[in-house]
Amino acid sequence: MAEVISMADIEASAARLGIDLSSINLDSIQLPPGEDFGIQSGDDGDLYQDDPLEFEGGFGNIIVVDNLPVVPPEKFEKLEGVIRKIYSQIGTIREGGIWMPVSPDTQKTLGYCFIEYNTAQEAELAREKTNGYKLDKSHIFAVNVLDDFEKYMKVPEEWKASEIKPYMPGENLQQWLTDEKARDQFVIRAGSNTEVFWNDPRQLMPELVHQRQYWTESFVQWSPLGTYLATVHRQGAAVWGGASTFNRLMRFAHPQVRQIDFSPSEKYIITYSSHEPSNPRDSHRIVINIFDVRTGKLMRDFKGNVDEFATGGSGGVSGISWPVFRWGGGREDKYFARIGKNVIAVYETETFTLVDKKSMKVDNVVDFSWSPTDPILALFVPEQGGGNQPARVSLVQIPGKEELRQKNLFSVSDCKVYWQNNGEYLAVKVDRYTKTKKSTYTGFELFRIKERDIPIEVLELDNKNDKIIAFAWEPKGHRFAVIHGDGPRPDISFYSMRTSQNTGRVSKLMTLKSKQANALYWSPAGRYILLAGLKGFNGQLEFYNVDELETMATGEHFMATDIEWDPTGRYVATAVTSVHEMENGFHIWSFNGKLLYRISRDHFYQFLWRPRPPSLLTAEKEEEIAKNLKKYSKKYEAEDQDVSMQLNEQDRKKRKMLQDQWNEWVAKWKQWHEEERQFRIQLRDGEASDEEEEYEAKEVEVEEVLDVSEEIVADQD
Amino acid sequence: MRPILMKGHERPLTFLRYNREGDLLFSCAKDHTPNVWFADNGERLGTYRGHNGAVWCCDVSRDSMRLITASADQTVKLWNVQDGVQLYSFNFDSPAKSVDFSVGDKLVVVTTDPFMGLPSTIQVKRIARDPNEQTTESVLTIKGPVGRINRAVWGPLNKTIISAGEDTVIRVWDTETGKLLKEADKEIGHQKTITSLSKSADGSHFLTGSSDKSAKLWDARTLTLLKTYVTERPVNACAISPLLDHVVIGGGQEAVHVTTTDRRAGKFEAKFFHKNLQEEIGGVKGHFGPINALAFNPDGRSFSSGGEDGYVRLHHFDPDYFSIRM
Repeated sequence: MAEVISMADIEASAARLGIDLSSINLDSIQLPPGEDFGIQSGDDGDLYQDDPLEFEGGFGNIIVVDNLPVVPPEKFEKLEGVIRKIYSQIGTIREGGIWMPVSPDTQKTLGYCFIEYNTAQEAELAREKTNGYKLDKSHIFAVNVLDDFEKYMKVPEEWKASEIKPYMPGENLQQWLTDEKARDQFVIRAGSNTEVFWNDPRQLMPELVHQRQYWTESFVQWSPLGTYLATVHRQGAAVWGGASTFNRLMRFAHPQVRQIDFSPSEKYIITYSSHEPSNPRDSHRIVINIFDVRTGKLMRDFKGNVDEFATGGSGGVSGISWPVFRWGGGREDKYFARIGKNVIAVYETETFTLVDKKSMKVDNVVDFSWSPTDPILALFVPEQGGGNQPARVSLVQIPGKEELRQKNLFSVSDCKVYWQNNGEYLAVKVDRYTKTKKSTYTGFELFRIKERDIPIEVLELDNKNDKIIAFAWEPKGHRFAVIHGDGPRPDISFYSMRTSQNTGRVSKLMTLKSKQANALYWSPAGRYILLAGLKGFNGQLEFYNVDELETMATGEHFMATDIEWDPTGRYVATAVTSVHEMENGFHIWSFNGKLLYRISRDHFYQFLWRPRPPSLLTAEKEEEIAKNLKKYSKKYEAEDQDVSMQLNEQDRKKRKMLQDQWNEWVAKWKQWHEEERQFRIQLRDGEASDEEEEYEAKEVEVEEVLDVSEEIVADQD
Repeated sequence: MRPILMKGHERPLTFLRYNREGDLLFSCAKDHTPNVWFADNGERLGTYRGHNGAVWCCDVSRDSMRLITASADQTVKLWNVQDGVQLYSFNFDSPAKSVDFSVGDKLVVVTTDPFMGLPSTIQVKRIARDPNEQTTESVLTIKGPVGRINRAVWGPLNKTIISAGEDTVIRVWDTETGKLLKEADKEIGHQKTITSLSKSADGSHFLTGSSDKSAKLWDARTLTLLKTYVTERPVNACAISPLLDHVVIGGGQEAVHVTTTDRRAGKFEAKFFHKNLQEEIGGVKGHFGPINALAFNPDGRSFSSGGEDGYVRLHHFDPDYFSIRM
């Protein structure tokens, strides 16, 4: 803090300097921006320290061009014209936005000038494009944004060893995994609130962990192992986490960030923003940054025209498909890749450069995907030359870039690739043209990645003209489910990659006929699957056990839009998000289809279970536990019992309290009512009572003669 | 038991009222003609013709001789229940929204809508025993609340008037001076328009329904909030059971917001709550539009609901309704 200067001190120093204080208008003194002479103003000091992002100085749109030729006044205009020509190509220069100072002694220019653009983006672009621009041999431009000057000026002349801070043990970011009741967390976003809850199925309600208004400006996202909760703001993204509550752990500056994506083991975070062109000459630019999550260091940035990042290189404004960069190589975060025109660019994270310093050339490639566990890429190249060159699916090993397996496919209209989450199997859904080319039918090519030479098997449905509505692999398993059919009620078939005798053949397990389902949600632990009828089916749910091939329960969450299993496969959340105006909220179900509790919230945007890292138990240990489940479950059953007893007790007490309170009110009202009795009778002109027994129901029959007429009836005999 | 469907109105229902004995049911609708029905079998007894606008509300005197109706045609009319003859017509400068007889039936409280620059009002009229001596002067006029006052009723012993409406605040006024006595706390009160207000049989507490998807139970003397019942839909109507500790609230998505063809989407249900535990007991479906009116028979053994669909549904409770254990 600056020392406090009293008025007397000021007067003394003024007298010393021979200044008449009364002749100075103190209000007219303007300090240079960013300079406060060490005087901190109380109201913004905190903000400056806490939020430097928001308060960057206001000269972002001005650049300083250095190393200009020094010219006499005669040539001033010519030089200005040259500069204007160069810089007006990049963006709109403000009126009078070029200022080239001249030396007061010689009237020559000083070799630098200032250029003011309309926007900071244009200035940044100009800096990028013309820094190092060669006007001639001896004049190579050095361009900087005016804002940066201050930063450069502050660099001390002498190098000082930076202070090494003593090691502070960090919080246990995985504290939530040690919950005594082994509960899971989830985050919801409703209205302006973002809330994190424990899912407490025993209490049949969620328990609030942390809640914050305006926590994020667009959405929230868990990191893949659940350590961090990421929020998105105008200035960048932030990650939150911690042992007891949610603290901000790191920020990643990226103005106008739109999308974020974590690497699979959450070492890195990719942020993405797209900037609409501000004038017709500009192009639609996108910026992608890759940060290290723990240190916040920017590892690599990609800036460029939107066309360069569009999938398949086809161009167009909407050509970007997120994520642009896809992470591969399993849990090590070793490689990431993106697709370009005729190339797949694979980067590695050691140096953040291309593997082998060059992209992989694949003519006409339109899609690729990584194996979830291994550094293997699956590529799809569509048919070329009107069918002369067949379509191709190939598997490529990284970093060697050698092709492991390739399959040519004929008369293909489209392909879609589904990896099983252990990377053991790969299913390629192939849509082929019929002979007339008027319609398509679908088949599957099934790859066994882990077997020698990667055998491929072709699978066609019983009725191969059926449309495929959904496909899903059983997590960690060998089965998959397909919804197929053309009618309003499609069929669902289950297949296994093994048969009972032969492990190398695919076999059908079961077909469920005419179901109201259009989406498949396997439990993350496998074995159970939720067959859901969203959208047109209004939220029909069927909980199905694939081991026993039987339906465990059916249910309905009317209008449900989203379904998510918790990471352990014990509970399922179904939600109606704000795509519908009504019914917003979520339901929690047990894995076998019992509705546990419902929460409704208006303007419900997101429901996300907090992911868990993979289990630390070995496969053998897991198997052993599964075998001796009875032994282990006893303890939990006892706990459940206790909790439910306690709940009953609590409930009973609460009810009793409510009833007592109510009785008190009623007694009071009765007393009042009694006291007011006389007055009431008075008001009713002496009509004696409030009692209702005063009247009696009398049934009165009234006969009315409407018409009398006499008729002579002929005697008939 | 199967409900009795009573189709006597051509436009959405607005209000339902039983007489003291519970043998007659009066219904008001946006068509101009209130109806009277046998509350037991749903047979229509007659109509009251004369209004020239939607009829918003009605009340019947303790002796079931006089009916009073409030209408958008800017009149409040007094009728002879028995023969449907119009006895008197009070003229106002703006549509009348609600009416309520005082204890003793000598006074009536009327609310009028804000209209053509006029503010909304609460007015008290004197009802003469002999219709020929009836005068039009207001005994008391209260102005103040902003927006429509959807309902005003008499407090205990006619000493107070309780009003509620679009400005979401429940107010208690002194009937002698017209002064504001109490105002419900904004924090704990409704967040959106209060659409309905219904007193308990003895007038000691009352229930309000609001577009904020909740109904609240209040002490009529102290204006303390007793209970809150939360539903999934805007509440248009509510009623307190005179027999059991139940309340029924009804409503539904506004017609303009119903986007799907599925009838369930609107939740046009009359929902029963335990008055004390605030827990939902059950629901009665059937209307295919929002429920605008609800009333319990004074014996508590049947109730009726009126919907935007133009139907009145009369429900006699099954025996097991009376044996619900909470």
